[in-house]
Amino acid sequence: MNRYPVWKYALIALCILVAFVYTVPNFFGESPAVQVSAGRATVKVDAALVSRLEPALKAAGAPPTGMILDASGVRLRFSDADVQLKARDVAEKLLNPDPQEKSYVVALNLLSASPPWLTAINALPMYLGLDLRGGVHFLLQVDMQAALTKRLDAYAGEVRGLLREKNIRHAGVARDGQTLRVRFREAETRAKARAEIGTRLPDLVLTERDDGQDLLLVGAMRPEAQKKEQEQAIQQNIVTLNRRVNQLGVAEPVIQQQGADRIVVQLPGVQDTTRAKEILGRTATLEVRMVDEEAMRSGSTFNVDVFPERKRDGSISNVPTRKQVVVTGDQFVGAQATFDQDQRPAVAVELNEAGGRIMRQMTRENLKKLMAIILFEKGKGEAVSVATIQGEFGSRFQITGMFTPTETNDLALLIRAGSLAAPMEIIEERTVGPSLGKENIDKGFDATQWGFIAIVVFMSAYYTLFGVVSSIALGVNLLFLVALLSLLQATLTLPGIAAIALTLGMAIDANVLINERIREEVRAGQSPQAAISAGYERAWGTILDSNVTTLIAGLALLIFGSGPVRGFAVVHCLGILTSILSSVIVSRAMVNLIYGHRRKVAKLAIGDTAWK
Amino acid sequence: MEFFKIRKTIPFMRYALVFNVISVLTFLAAVFFLATKGLHFSIEFTGGTLVEVNFKQPANVERIRETLEKAGLKVEAQNFGSSRDVLLRMPVEKGQSSSETSEKVRALLQAEDPSAELRRVEFVGPQVGKELAEYGALALLVTATGIVLYLWLRFEWRFGLAAIIANLHDVIIILGCFALFQWEFSLPVLAAVLAVLGYSVNESVVVFDRVREMLRKMRKASIPEVIDAAITGTISRTIITHGSTQVMVTTMLVFGGPALHYFALALTIGILFGIYSSVLVASPLVMWLGVDRSQFLVRPKKSIRDENDGAVV
Repeated sequence: MNRYPVWKYALIALCILVAFVYTVPNFFGESPAVQVSAGRATVKVDAALVSRLEPALKAAGAPPTGMILDASGVRLRFSDADVQLKARDVAEKLLNPDPQEKSYVVALNLLSASPPWLTAINALPMYLGLDLRGGVHFLLQVDMQAALTKRLDAYAGEVRGLLREKNIRHAGVARDGQTLRVRFREAETRAKARAEIGTRLPDLVLTERDDGQDLLLVGAMRPEAQKKEQEQAIQQNIVTLNRRVNQLGVAEPVIQQQGADRIVVQLPGVQDTTRAKEILGRTATLEVRMVDEEAMRSGSTFNVDVFPERKRDGSISNVPTRKQVVVTGDQFVGAQATFDQDQRPAVAVELNEAGGRIMRQMTRENLKKLMAIILFEKGKGEAVSVATIQGEFGSRFQITGMFTPTETNDLALLIRAGSLAAPMEIIEERTVGPSLGKENIDKGFDATQWGFIAIVVFMSAYYTLFGVVSSIALGVNLLFLVALLSLLQATLTLPGIAAIALTLGMAIDANVLINERIREEVRAGQSPQAAISAGYERAWGTILDSNVTTLIAGLALLIFGSGPVRGFAVVHCLGILTSILSSVIVSRAMVNLIYGHRRKVAKLAIGDTAWK
Repeated sequence: MEFFKIRKTIPFMRYALVFNVISVLTFLAAVFFLATKGLHFSIEFTGGTLVEVNFKQPANVERIRETLEKAGLKVEAQNFGSSRDVLLRMPVEKGQSSSETSEKVRALLQAEDPSAELRRVEFVGPQVGKELAEYGALALLVTATGIVLYLWLRFEWRFGLAAIIANLHDVIIILGCFALFQWEFSLPVLAAVLAVLGYSVNESVVVFDRVREMLRKMRKASIPEVIDAAITGTISRTIITHGSTQVMVTTMLVFGGPALHYFALALTIGILFGIYSSVLVASPLVMWLGVDRSQFLVRPKKSIRDENDGAVV
């Protein structure tokens, strides 16, 4: 009765073998590497680039010991960290001759040192979370209200232009909260305007209203248009963040949308967290507006927005601008420090096509007038450039003035930094230094190791042979769990390591239940073979029940948990599943192998059962 | 080897009232501390900035606090793990971002001692904190409901209810301890609390399983006798498994370092109270809720109940 068919043993052996193979990469450790990937869509990392890179590295005394070239880029392995640093510098100099305009991302990385055939079958070491390897985690909230407000402001401008173009007289166009209000004197003109606006701007829902004085046409964005606007805003922000992260040179950055209006940024292994925060934290947006010169002369603040401008001598002057936004940051394609035809420092700005069209029309109408570039940071605007429009221009123009090269660099950087669709705010941050990460791993594994040893010693002493079987089953459980975590590449965090330890502590419960049950059956006078069989069968129901309740708690944590708790929950849930498998099936197979094939078993080696 | 050579059934249910009175008293004390002292929530729930600083030589916590307060930062400083590590907690300041705060701290501390190294910075906005607290409560609710439903399905509603009452009272006691000693209640502690909930319910499940089995076997015995027999039959296993889990948790407490300290502590309290409440509190509750042999019989014959079955209230 205590025999498994051969296929069952074979299947279990196969499972253990596969688990072993997928666990092995964790023991090889990691070797230092340099990763080169494309920083722009226009450049490619291919064999040609590698053939340029390799001789340069060899010449510099930093020959790579291994190389992996795939779609994401090339990863070069080095013998030690010093060579790695040297190689990074060589690659950086060779591939990015202009530090202002980086075409390639050259980053330090760690590569699994396991043999290539393991990597080829996707056997990778466990994916360590930021708290274990060090790095930065940010949760950014995109200000959607601001994105919508900006869109409505742009609509207000378009409505004004449209009504002028069609010669429809109105008494004012203004944004009020999240709606657009156009005032009319006559119902006839309102009806005409409504038809025109309706065809040109289908994203607006138009309603007619009277406020006693004027006839109103109220426009609100359709919900689906709002949703589209928000999606675009978040996508644009993700793209911009990607660009900024590329400047940092991070090997495996994670930039993902979370929920409707949040973005997660994870930069593992970043050593200089201050710089990372500084570059990412620049939550800025950019707008080009016309300066209201009349208001500038009269000092009136009626119907204008006033922004401070920092002069070169350090003083601050106020710049009144019209409320209408000409071009927004998302229409900027690039900005670079350069020199104009007279060799004076300048900033070359490039807009996208739509922005260029608007700009052409605006400059034609406003020759010799002042245009301001406003940078918004944390809700506050600052005029970073106020310049006279010298001629009609479109998507490419230059900002000149009394700049020094440093100033043009700064302005270009500010403009680039400001090309975000909507302002963002850091609402959660976790930064872990690399030394703490290493310490966390050591401590976590120490705890698991000693706990494991203590349990093995106790089980073997208390239940003798059955205790040894239970201990091996527990070891197999650990093997399965680590293999599963490696295979799924689930993120392992410090609470995750704690969950491994806890799971082992709880998993032994099933074996204790079984062994106690077998002892009871023996005491009740059952034959050894019958006692084994009855023990496993009776204990099974209980094991299932108790694991399901634990699993319910684990799943609730998985669903509602975030950050460190999620790391705990993933390991906890997986651990419950592997522990059922190992403590019931694997241990049974071992017991069957030991006792099942014997004709006569006088006594089970399960400790003291003689007392009555 | 055998630690538990129990020859006779131990009459646990004779003392059922005592166990429950102890339980109720502990529970009330926990509620009292929770109400008066409240939980010391980590910045994950309240929002704020947390900075862990490491120095090359033992740090003077008082001086650090003074330095930072002089610079206008509201700060709570304490040693963390060793005398060279200091943990700083700062509440959310309006209009100041996390990077500004942590940068300011770094600059100030490095001016005093160039060896100061920021090992960890955590910033949680007030809104995120609120969400985390809400999700935590929701997770607790879902776990409790899920367990009751499962036990209802597998056993009978009385078992589900008794198990969840006994184990939620464990949760309250853990929280009470955290309130009494003002230990920091963080996300990992919340995870530990929920893990304990699932874990100690499984203790009740083991006993209930045995109760069900005994109800079918011991046709003549009264309900308290059945429960006594079930507890006695499983006590050895209860203590050994909890012992094993506790060994793991203790190594975590000893070797796991400060990051896992409160997590392991919550588990320790949970496991100790879990043994007690899931066995000695849940079982009497089942009895008082009126468990009946007929609820588990395959052939529902009313006449099978005998005269001794009088303990059903």
